Amino acid sequence: MSRPLQSDEELIRRDVRAWLAEQEAKELLRFITCGSVDDGKSTLIGRLLYESKQIFDDQLEALESDSKRHGTQGQRIDFALLVDGLSAEREQGITIDVAYRFFSSARRKFIVADTPGHEQYTRNMVTGASTADLAVLLVDARKGVLTQTRRHSYLAQLVGIRRFVLAVNKMDLVDYDQAAFDAICADYRAFAEKIGIAEWVAIPVSGLNGDNVMSRSDAMAWYSGPSLLEHLDTVPLDAAADAAKPLRMPVQWVNRPNQNFRGFAGQIASGTIGPGAEVRILPSGRLTRVDKVVTMTGELEHAVAGESVTVTLADEVDCSRGDVIAAAGDPPEAADQFEATIVWMADEELLPGRGYWMKIGAQNVTAMVQQPKFEINVNTLEHLAAQTLGLNAIGVAEIATDREIVFEPYAVEGTSPNKALGGFILIDKLTNATVACGMLHFALRRSLNVHRQHLDVSRETHATIKGQKPAVVWFTGLSGAGKSTIANLVEKKLAARGRHTFLLDGDNVRHGLNRDLGFTEADRIENIRRVGEVARLMADAGLIVLTAFISPFRAERHMVRRMMAEGEFVEVFVDTPLAEAEKRDVKGLYAKARAGELKNFTGIDSPYEAPESAEIHIDTTQLSADEAADLVVERLMARR
Amino acid sequence: MRSLTHLDRLEAESIHILRETVAEADKPVMLYSIGKDSAVMLHLAKKAFFPSPLPFPLLHVDTTWKFRDMYALRDKVAADPAIQLIVYKNPEAESKGINPFDHGPIHTDMWKTEGLKQALDTYGFDAAFGGARRDEEKSRAKERVFSFRDRNHRWDPKRQRPELWSLYNVRKAKGESIRVFPLSNWTELDVWQYILKEKIEIVPLYFAAERPTVERDGLLLMIDDERFPMNGETAVMRKVRFRTLGCYPLSGAVESEAATVEEIVAEMLLTKTSERQGRAIDRDGGGASMEKKKQEGYF
Repeated sequence: MSRPLQSDEELIRRDVRAWLAEQEAKELLRFITCGSVDDGKSTLIGRLLYESKQIFDDQLEALESDSKRHGTQGQRIDFALLVDGLSAEREQGITIDVAYRFFSSARRKFIVADTPGHEQYTRNMVTGASTADLAVLLVDARKGVLTQTRRHSYLAQLVGIRRFVLAVNKMDLVDYDQAAFDAICADYRAFAEKIGIAEWVAIPVSGLNGDNVMSRSDAMAWYSGPSLLEHLDTVPLDAAADAAKPLRMPVQWVNRPNQNFRGFAGQIASGTIGPGAEVRILPSGRLTRVDKVVTMTGELEHAVAGESVTVTLADEVDCSRGDVIAAAGDPPEAADQFEATIVWMADEELLPGRGYWMKIGAQNVTAMVQQPKFEINVNTLEHLAAQTLGLNAIGVAEIATDREIVFEPYAVEGTSPNKALGGFILIDKLTNATVACGMLHFALRRSLNVHRQHLDVSRETHATIKGQKPAVVWFTGLSGAGKSTIANLVEKKLAARGRHTFLLDGDNVRHGLNRDLGFTEADRIENIRRVGEVARLMADAGLIVLTAFISPFRAERHMVRRMMAEGEFVEVFVDTPLAEAEKRDVKGLYAKARAGELKNFTGIDSPYEAPESAEIHIDTTQLSADEAADLVVERLMARR
Repeated sequence: MRSLTHLDRLEAESIHILRETVAEADKPVMLYSIGKDSAVMLHLAKKAFFPSPLPFPLLHVDTTWKFRDMYALRDKVAADPAIQLIVYKNPEAESKGINPFDHGPIHTDMWKTEGLKQALDTYGFDAAFGGARRDEEKSRAKERVFSFRDRNHRWDPKRQRPELWSLYNVRKAKGESIRVFPLSNWTELDVWQYILKEKIEIVPLYFAAERPTVERDGLLLMIDDERFPMNGETAVMRKVRFRTLGCYPLSGAVESEAATVEEIVAEMLLTKTSERQGRAIDRDGGGASMEKKKQEGYF
């Protein structure tokens, strides 16, 4: 909790109402601090909290005793201990995650994202920077601009930060020497120009002694610029730039308490909104007008970027979560293929071709990332060839989504970034972990210009001529589980009933269509994707398609399921325990895998993710192959 | 053009968080502790979903030892037809008669920590709103707005999901859950300012009044009902108020003259002890106490 600045105390004693009225008009600035391990970042933040009286006496007592126990400053107060929260960090003496701190000045309230300087924690810095208007880069006056300083500048700029403070810290250790400061400024200027950072100021400080932190220090009479706090108090906010841009409001939730009210709730990403405004609903493109901006305390005439509102529309247009309400004359685009910068944040590396959940604004889609065009070395900014992206790697790649999304390019020269419709996260479909974040550059032209050819003989016609309901019957299970055997029997039984079928068998497909693919995880994903596409074409032609592939990953089976029309995908889990399949070992593969001659063998050194809700579950320890085939045929015939 | 104040921004962010949870979670619930932070959170929820009724119930994990004034406000809030309130009491704690006088830390553990886990499991809630703020305590400062919990309700500070922009990952497997903190970026002063600005009703115990008290272990305790065992002490009428509210035998009062929100703010800004200090719960186990409790499933 916050205590007031000394100057406020008097007013609070005299007239707290007047003081509170002043507080209400405060603006909010969010910034991040970044620096190397020993730049004294935590000490500087601790100093800001301490000097703006954000620390209570009981916390100060605890700090004094902690300083003696864990501190690195001898008998002096170690301000870093104020901000190093988790016990694991205390033991290691470093900050390991993003922490948020709060303090205020007479003009502004500040939220500080305190982010670590270690190389392996790029993830945390990008996270902290994503919500910040400004970055404070710490540099040790004795060491100057380091590789880490350049890396942090690059990362902050990557997520759209336009304003930088180079805080040249530990000036006390170089005798407050102007030449040392000037040399560092010159060094940084060259780098800033190179990567296109236009707005930056350098401030010489001492976090330990407080010089130029709150107010200007007598120790550096040669410095005529603002103190750190003075600068933070006056730097322009991104909010003003956001409000000046065209209206974008992602619809978060449709508010429908009864038949007479249909409101669209969301936070305005940019622009302004009010009754009568001409708007376009994306991606449908329908035009309408805003009827009312509804709040609990009455209707608003006007709402601006940053506000969370509920609006009603003049016409009954289709509009749901994920749609975007936009300025009628200047709407964003929709597309399904993009180029993007991706920051990988998980231990498991990117699998090109695998489907990930992509969340952008209120839109949730499946996205596939292609093999990266290049990876960026964050230290040298060189472009490197890359097959994939590992933890903390940054690369540029093409992304395809399974349906069109409304988007805007993330970074735009000369104004604030389009965070709401340009920034996205990728989520692993199996573990639900957030594995990456990204910034969209632009839509690929092929996605804008390639329209599907309309066909006069429809898939319904194909099916009607054959007198059957098409299907993709997807057999999955361990190697040797009995997939091919059962699928073969099913096809024979269907043929006997005059059904038009086709069996796609894993081994056969690998001799032709997929003979360029191996057995790495990425190749297995591509194998399944191609089979899925072929199966879809055959289903479009009216066939009942049977497939027999191990298809070990849930995410890929789900991907194929989503390619097919509702009800046309029938997943059949041929459930044979590993021990049983290994005992049968028809092809002798298990023996080879156990001997280490076969790598990435499902069940041995590569996982099999069993289906959670297959349409048909066959326990081969209970049913014979023939009984199993009868069961599948019976279920298929019963489909309506 | 209107420019937004810091309170406007905090309100908009909290409403965004509330709506995002309702849009993506299967069965959300709001933890309602009857304190001032709960009051603010509830007010924000009403605003977020207006004119719809609250699209989730409130859950009060009761310990049977709250102040009478708290129960009164709770029942008043629940009388609103747009609000559904669930009161949960850990049946084991109830049958064993667990209380703060005889059972020490077990009281909080069984009624609150265990009670909460049981309630979430019993009703199958997969997302629970809590009123915690990052400025309260050091381990909270590092917790995400959407804080993932495993099947055993445990928090793993080393495996938190990155949280970028205002994009929240609400996905989880069956049995796992998410604690959502819409007030993460509020400070105590923000909460008071907002209560004042929005005229939000809070429990009268926050305001100074003459109340019967005894001094015990350095805490001023209020004798709220006849269950309070007097160890030869006599109750003294003191003008006191409470900075945080919990079980009455565990909540320390402070002597005060502050009878309005403005006076509370003035007093708070000019005093020299932090908010959680009046609460006995954080002190056992040294500095890492709250972090440990959270890993075990405490909210």
